[in-house]
Amino acid sequence: MTSQDTRPGTADRPAAAGGADSAARNGAPAGERHLPGEQVVLAAGSPMPLDSGAQLGPFTVAYRTYGTLNAEKSNAVLVCHALTGDQYMAEPHPVTGRPGWWEVMVGPGRPLDTERFFVICANVLGGCMGTTGPQDLDPATGKPWGPTFPVVTIGDMVRAQKLLVDHLGIARLFAVVGGSMGGMQVLEWAARYPERVLAAVPIATAAYHTAQNIAFHEVGRQAIMADPDWDEGWYQLSGKTPRRGMAVARMTAHVTYLSEQALHRKFGRRLQDRQKPSFGFDADFQVESYLRHQGSSFVDRFDANSYLYITRAMDYFDLAAEHGGVLADAFRRSPVRFCVMSFTSDWLFPTSEAKRIVHALNSVAADVSFVECDSDKGHDAFLLIEPEFHETLNGFLNGCCEGLGLPQGQLRPLDQSHDPTRDRVT
Amino acid sequence: MSPLDSPALRAKNAGKRADIRADLLLIADMIEPGSRVLDVGCGDGVLLDYLIHFRQVTGRGLELSQEGVNACVSHGLSVIQGDADLDLADYPDGTFDYVVLSRTLQATQNPREVLEHLVRIGTRAVVSFPNFGYWRIRWALLTRGRMPVTRSLPDPWWETPNIHLCTIRDFLELCEAGGIAIERALTIGADNRAEPIGSMRRANLLGQDGLFLLRRADR
Repeated sequence: MTSQDTRPGTADRPAAAGGADSAARNGAPAGERHLPGEQVVLAAGSPMPLDSGAQLGPFTVAYRTYGTLNAEKSNAVLVCHALTGDQYMAEPHPVTGRPGWWEVMVGPGRPLDTERFFVICANVLGGCMGTTGPQDLDPATGKPWGPTFPVVTIGDMVRAQKLLVDHLGIARLFAVVGGSMGGMQVLEWAARYPERVLAAVPIATAAYHTAQNIAFHEVGRQAIMADPDWDEGWYQLSGKTPRRGMAVARMTAHVTYLSEQALHRKFGRRLQDRQKPSFGFDADFQVESYLRHQGSSFVDRFDANSYLYITRAMDYFDLAAEHGGVLADAFRRSPVRFCVMSFTSDWLFPTSEAKRIVHALNSVAADVSFVECDSDKGHDAFLLIEPEFHETLNGFLNGCCEGLGLPQGQLRPLDQSHDPTRDRVT
Repeated sequence: MSPLDSPALRAKNAGKRADIRADLLLIADMIEPGSRVLDVGCGDGVLLDYLIHFRQVTGRGLELSQEGVNACVSHGLSVIQGDADLDLADYPDGTFDYVVLSRTLQATQNPREVLEHLVRIGTRAVVSFPNFGYWRIRWALLTRGRMPVTRSLPDPWWETPNIHLCTIRDFLELCEAGGIAIERALTIGADNRAEPIGSMRRANLLGQDGLFLLRRADR
C-alpha cells in the first residue's frame, strides 16, 4: 500500500515538501524517463484482453530483479507490490532517494533471501513507474492516455505479470508474495495459474474489497477529481498537478494504514514546534504536520490518474465473484501451498477477512497455513520490522524449500541502527 | 498433490525431533506411512513433524492457540489457527486417511459432534484422552473428596480447559451411539506402556489414558 511515505515519523520536520522530482515525472511518459531497472514490451504480437472487455497492447512492464536465477529456474519469487508501491523494493527509490519499501524483507539474511532466491518485482499495469499507465502516450492519439486509459483490474495486473514470467522463461514460480493489494494479486495468481505457483503468501489482504474500503477509496478519488488542477484528468496537457487533491487522498488513506494505538504512540496530542495552540488552522498538532508531509511528498512520486485507476482495480476485486460466488471454487484441486498472514491491529484488512480465505481453502482441502501476528502498527505492519512475522514467513519458505531441495535460510538480525522503518518520532 | 509433499523428498530430508513423548509415539504407530494426516489440536507440532519426517505422511494441523500455530508454521508445517468445535465442519468428507485428536476431546464443547466430524473427514480417526475412571482419580475423589489433579489432568477444576471428562467405558458408549466402530483399543499406563484393552473393568481402572483407532461403522 505504501512505501517510503509511511516510514519517517516526520513530526520533527516542516510540513512543506519539495517537488524537485515532480517535473521528472509529470508529463514524461515512462519510455522517456531514465529509471533504473529493466523494461520489457509485452503483448506485442496480439493485444492482451482486459476484464473490462477492452484490449491493451503492446505495453511496457518495468521490473527489478534481485539475486540470481538458478540453473533449474526453481528459485524465482515474485513480489506483488501494494497500491502506491513499485518495483524498487530493495534499493533506494530513484525519485525519493528513500530506502526500498521492503528492504526489511528482501536481501541477504532476510526471509526473501537474495542469496538463495531470485526475487522479481514489477510495477503494476496502470502504475506510474515505468509500466504502462495513464500518464503514458496513447499510440492512437499521440497524447497521454489520461482519463481514456482502459480500466484495469487485479486480474489484468496478474495477466501482465504472467506475460513477464513467461518472458523470463520461468515455468513455475517458487513463490508469489505480497501484502495488501499485493496479496490480492497473490490470490489471483494462485487461482488463475495454480500450475505456475508452488507457494502463495497473501499478507494483510482479503479476497474482495469491502464496502468500507471502497468508501475510503472513493473519498480519495473525489478529493483528486474535485481539485480544479485535475482538469478532468487532462492535467498533463496543461502541465498542472492536482496537488491538493492528491495530498488529501493520501492523508485519508494514510490514516487507514495505521492504528489508533500507533497514532497515539507516535504523536499523542503533542504540539508541533510550539508550546501552545495557535487558535487557528495551522498544523498545531504533530499528527497534522505528519499527515500534511505524507500528503505533499506523495504528490512528488505518484501520478494522480494512476492513483484513480489502481484504487479502482482494488475496488473491483472480488475473487469469489469470478468463480460463481463461491470463493472455494477459486482454489478447487489447487496444488499451491498457501500461507495466509494477518496482523491483529489491521482494521483495513482484518484477520476476519484472512480467515474467510482460510475457510475457503480448507473446504477444498488445500494445503494452507494461517498465521495472525501480534502487532499494534495497523495495516502497515507488513512493511515494518515485525520479528514474529519475518520468522514465520522464513519458516514457511524453508518448509517449501525442503521439498524442492533448495537451501534453507537463516534470518540474520537486522542492523537496527540502519532500520529504514525506524520510527523517528518516539 | 503438490511436489512439495513428495514423500520421497520428505524422507530424504528427515532428521529432526526424533524423540517424542511416548504417548505420541503410540499414536504414530497407528498411522500408515505415506498417508494423509490431519492433527487436530496439534500444539507446537511435535507429532506432526515426527509423522512427516519419519512416517512420510502429508500432514496438516489445526490448533487453537496462535502461539502454537506460529511455532508450527515457522517450523515449516502447514497449520492453521482454528477451533475443533467450529472449524472441522469446513473440511470435506474423506479428505484425510487419519485425523488425530490427542488429549483434546475432553476440552471440546461438543465431543459427540467433534468425534463424528473426525470419522467423516478421515477414513480413520486416532483419539486419545485422559481416562477419568483411572484408579488414582477414583481414589483421590473417594479419599480426599476433591477434584483430582494428575499428570494427565494437571489443572485445578476452576481453570482446567477440560470440560467434558469421561471414562473409557463412557467413551465406548458414545462410539456405539454415534455409529463409530473401534478398530483398535489401548490403554496407556502411568509408565507410558500401552496395553490392548481386554477386560473392560481392568482397562477402565488401570489405564491412565485411552487410545483408540476409529472409523465409521457404516464404512
